[in-house]
Amino acid sequence: MIVLEKRPQPSRVWSLATPLVAVLATMIAGGMLFALLGKNPIEAISTIFWEPLFGEFAFYYRPQLLVKGAPLILIAIGLSLGFRAGIWNIGAEGQYIMGAICGAGAGLAFYPLDAFYIFPIMVIAGALGGWIWAMIPAFLKVKFGTNEILVSLMLVYVAEQMLASVSLGLLKNPEGFGFPGSRNLQSYDSAHNAELIAGTGMHWGVVAAFVAVIFAYVLLNRHMLGFHIRLTGEAPRAAKFAGVKPARLILFCLGMSGALAGLAGLFEVSGPAGQISIDFNVGYGFTAIIVAFLGRLHPVGILLAGLLMALTYIGGEIAQGSLGLPAAAIQVFQGMLLFFLLALDLLTNFRIAIRKSEVA
Amino acid sequence: MTNQSSGPLLSLKGLTKAYPGVVANDTVSFDIGEGEVHALLGENGAGKSTLVKMIYGLVKPDSGVMELRGTPYAPAEPRQARADGIAMVFQHFSLFDALNVAENIALGMENPPAMRDLAARIREVSETYGLPLDPYRTVGDLSAGERQRVEIIRCLLQDPKLLIMDEPTSVLTPQEVEILFQTLQKLRSEGTSILYISHKLEEIRTLCDHATILRLGKNVGECVPSETSARDMAEMMVGSALQTPERSGREFGDVAMDISGLSVPSPSAFGTALKNVHMTVRKGEILGIGGVAGNGQDELLGVLSGETLTEADAVKLHGQPIGKIGPTDRRAMGVLAAPEERLGHAAAPEMSLTENAMLTGSVRENLEKNGFLNWGAAQGFAEKIIEAFDVRTPGPENAARSLSGGNLQKFVIGREVLQNPDVLVVNQPTWGVDAAAAAAIRQSLLDLAAKGCAVICISQDLDELMEIADSFAALNEGRLSAPRPTQGLTVDEIGLMMGGAHGMEVAHV
Amino acid sequence: MDLSAINPVLLIASLMVAATPILLAAIGELVVEKAGVLNLGVEGMMIVGAIAGFAITVESGSPFFGFIAAAVAGAILSLLFVVLTQVAQANQVASGLALTLFGLGLSALMGQGYVGIKPPATPKLDIPVLSDLPVVGPILFSHDLVLYLGIALTAAVWAALKYTRMGLILRAVGENHDAAHALGYKVVRIRTLAIMFGGACAGLGGAYISLIRVPQWTEGMTAGVGWIALALVVFASWKPWRALLGAYLFGGVTVVQLNLQAAGVAIPVEYLAMSPYLITILVLVILSADKSSAPAALGRNFHASR
Repeated sequence: MIVLEKRPQPSRVWSLATPLVAVLATMIAGGMLFALLGKNPIEAISTIFWEPLFGEFAFYYRPQLLVKGAPLILIAIGLSLGFRAGIWNIGAEGQYIMGAICGAGAGLAFYPLDAFYIFPIMVIAGALGGWIWAMIPAFLKVKFGTNEILVSLMLVYVAEQMLASVSLGLLKNPEGFGFPGSRNLQSYDSAHNAELIAGTGMHWGVVAAFVAVIFAYVLLNRHMLGFHIRLTGEAPRAAKFAGVKPARLILFCLGMSGALAGLAGLFEVSGPAGQISIDFNVGYGFTAIIVAFLGRLHPVGILLAGLLMALTYIGGEIAQGSLGLPAAAIQVFQGMLLFFLLALDLLTNFRIAIRKSEVA
Repeated sequence: MTNQSSGPLLSLKGLTKAYPGVVANDTVSFDIGEGEVHALLGENGAGKSTLVKMIYGLVKPDSGVMELRGTPYAPAEPRQARADGIAMVFQHFSLFDALNVAENIALGMENPPAMRDLAARIREVSETYGLPLDPYRTVGDLSAGERQRVEIIRCLLQDPKLLIMDEPTSVLTPQEVEILFQTLQKLRSEGTSILYISHKLEEIRTLCDHATILRLGKNVGECVPSETSARDMAEMMVGSALQTPERSGREFGDVAMDISGLSVPSPSAFGTALKNVHMTVRKGEILGIGGVAGNGQDELLGVLSGETLTEADAVKLHGQPIGKIGPTDRRAMGVLAAPEERLGHAAAPEMSLTENAMLTGSVRENLEKNGFLNWGAAQGFAEKIIEAFDVRTPGPENAARSLSGGNLQKFVIGREVLQNPDVLVVNQPTWGVDAAAAAAIRQSLLDLAAKGCAVICISQDLDELMEIADSFAALNEGRLSAPRPTQGLTVDEIGLMMGGAHGMEVAHV
Repeated sequence: MDLSAINPVLLIASLMVAATPILLAAIGELVVEKAGVLNLGVEGMMIVGAIAGFAITVESGSPFFGFIAAAVAGAILSLLFVVLTQVAQANQVASGLALTLFGLGLSALMGQGYVGIKPPATPKLDIPVLSDLPVVGPILFSHDLVLYLGIALTAAVWAALKYTRMGLILRAVGENHDAAHALGYKVVRIRTLAIMFGGACAGLGGAYISLIRVPQWTEGMTAGVGWIALALVVFASWKPWRALLGAYLFGGVTVVQLNLQAAGVAIPVEYLAMSPYLITILVLVILSADKSSAPAALGRNFHASR
């Protein structure tokens, strides 16, 4: 019979291999799902994974990889810090929305003034918006011991209502003929997060994502604070013994992830999205949770996982157009990936052995 | 009662059980007679636990057979073992804090009667055996001795043929041990066999009719304890002659650590609050703190290490109030600590030894600068600990949990000792460690004291405290008795300092 | 603004309807947590139950089969969580999130052909005389059967936890799985059954939304009810009757804010719509001081080593 044996220590090989095996398993299971929906599985998988990178219109899709990947990476890096310490911020979607609202609001407050300092002010306002939204669960957890998972998630629904409210009210475009939504920031130069190099998809959000990856890497591997974050996640009591102040860690991790999610929202609203509207958010805050785990909560892993997840978004859209694959199928596909990853993670810490005994 | 001469109650024949990398039991055979108290003697890691788990149906032997009164006995699960009349009192892990006594006992029975009837029976049986117990009290609020009573009564209600007891006296005061022994003798006189697991030789000599000695998973000999000297049994158990630590005459210096009027609530739900604790330790002195588990040991260590903050004046170092100073700054001042729980408190299980060296060594060993970590230096420090304390591991990159309990303990103690503390606090420094390693750890504490360090050694092993401590105090329900010089203390006096019999009464034999 | 349009009797009756999905999901999760498992996938299991129940009802014409299908679907989905946490030893928080993300996607996929359809009505209790009584009739005797099932389930879970051996074993496993294992109880098996019960309850709750409360299918229609149910378990201090009370409280808030929206109160719609979530947070804050009744092994995985 098959038994699980705990390894004396985590396997390094498997810790690197599981994400790859999980992607492979997801392709197989996803292919089966697509076949069930009456699509050619090989065609569907290749459309998702091959077409955006090497297909006919790759010149258009490749930059999209950065555009879609940047917010995912930025949010996931923030989340991973907390996840490592056992602090579960799952309301990044809400912090993303609040970042966008505050950032865009700060910019629109100056309209139609043109000045170099407007965009930096928006960046700060965006980060601040996400930070404040995340500080609510952080403060409640520190002060009252309230569960941060539930509070941060409830605040997503509140943020969505806020978004609806400002799209219809405060930030509504006065020249928008009564349609909901703000002015388009793409046509307001001082507030526009434009492409830095034309045709590459590179905008300030992408730069911020790369900076965040490097920052997180240094923090986790070279700095006492990062060591304390890891220690708290591995063994909370040992962390207290080492001198970690849990409250400060909670405030830092939640605040940081909120600020990064807020930044992601600001760069999105001032760049690719262009305006605040009711359907501005598309679930990056939730997909980023998958990205964080797929990247094994490691900064470099998250960078790669973010790009991979962006690929499934873009490829999914292509498959939607060319094969009629439902958008929800891609969502299921992404969900599957997280499942396989968590299940296969077992191989990192356990060895599967076959034994000859009858009953355990 | 009945002393059937027909044959043994339980006989084990060639039991073998292997785990990856270790043979826990290697063809172990012996018999347990009817109405006999049989000792199973061995060091930590000798395979005693695995053996009894096989008897109790928790673990399946790889090979070998058991016979119960001549018929084959192979319990697939504890339920079956219980049905066959085998009961077990565990050392750890078998009570539910949030449930009451009656519920806990019902869980250990096959067909428990209705709660009201059960409660009445618990009262009845507990009085008969001199172990009074209120069936409706929540178990989390009971003392360690009372919790053991719950386990014993749970077993007795099933009229067992064989009662297995795993290190039962480690949680009792000497007076409570006496009462337990009377209960066990009463059971024996009623015909119940007892398998008594321990590494305490004097106890076994007092109580047991027969002893089987395990070493490294093998049966290395049997003896009649009352006719064998403790020293001979120890040598069979350890396999070599033992060395007693050297204790050179020391001069005590000024008071290093001064605790006065310390009262703090426990940080955990079923913990013990410390109540008005006073003590002083001088430079070069080893203060031993005894007491039954769960009487405030963890809480006291937390207060000394800085994990639990108190009134500033309650804890003084060289006259300076440090009650409000956290662990990191206390380390910088020379106050170091080694908690009892190795995995998860003293060390992070999944992290490497290098990272665990960083855990407490960062300040005093200069492993960080402005918050940035010097991993090279940390690795060097880890290697130094491994070298100096003979920690058996392939290298500092290995995870803490991959080490055996004894090796990790050496690492944890070594990590603090090598940082040259002014005050060192240790809790259960040799718990679960084999004799040779325990001797080495005790020696290192003595050496440290000889260099002028003030050592506070919290331990439940009274022999250990008598061996190394200069003065002795005991914790009882969060209160600390006044420290007294170790020399000349009698077992009775120690027992009374630990709280005497905690309201137990002698069995009405 | 016309507050007189709000009829208190109808308000209470509809409050009970609004509370039922939360109650069903919360009672299921309560049992799961009592067994020491934290399943954050309630929202995912609910929404899959919502579409499964809806689809089968539409296809078969029978809400009865629909509710059965919803319970089965919720239980099947919960088996994924079992595989992750009980077999593969994965982190329970991450696995629960995975279940929710997956369930949201899966339900959207399953529900593609069912948008905009009206399901067959679920029959309501109609006892001559009793159901026609003023005030008492609409409040107590005129609901669908599932609503009564929710209350019956609450009573059953309460009694089972308090008085039965099964309940005692479940609590023991949630309190200290190592001790339960040492006494010979099958921790993984007991937890698996509890998780599946939780899944079935969540599925029922989801179907209640799509078949009775709304009734129609839209993507993401559970809109956080599963998360509110999770909060409710904390609010209830793991006690079934308090879960019922809490569910009615939340149901009340939801219904009152909807009535206020309809009555055209001067408060913007968005602020009314966010009120149930804000109140959930408020309640969590007030009650988070007392964690003493939480099962001690909650969220910790069990692996029988030696």
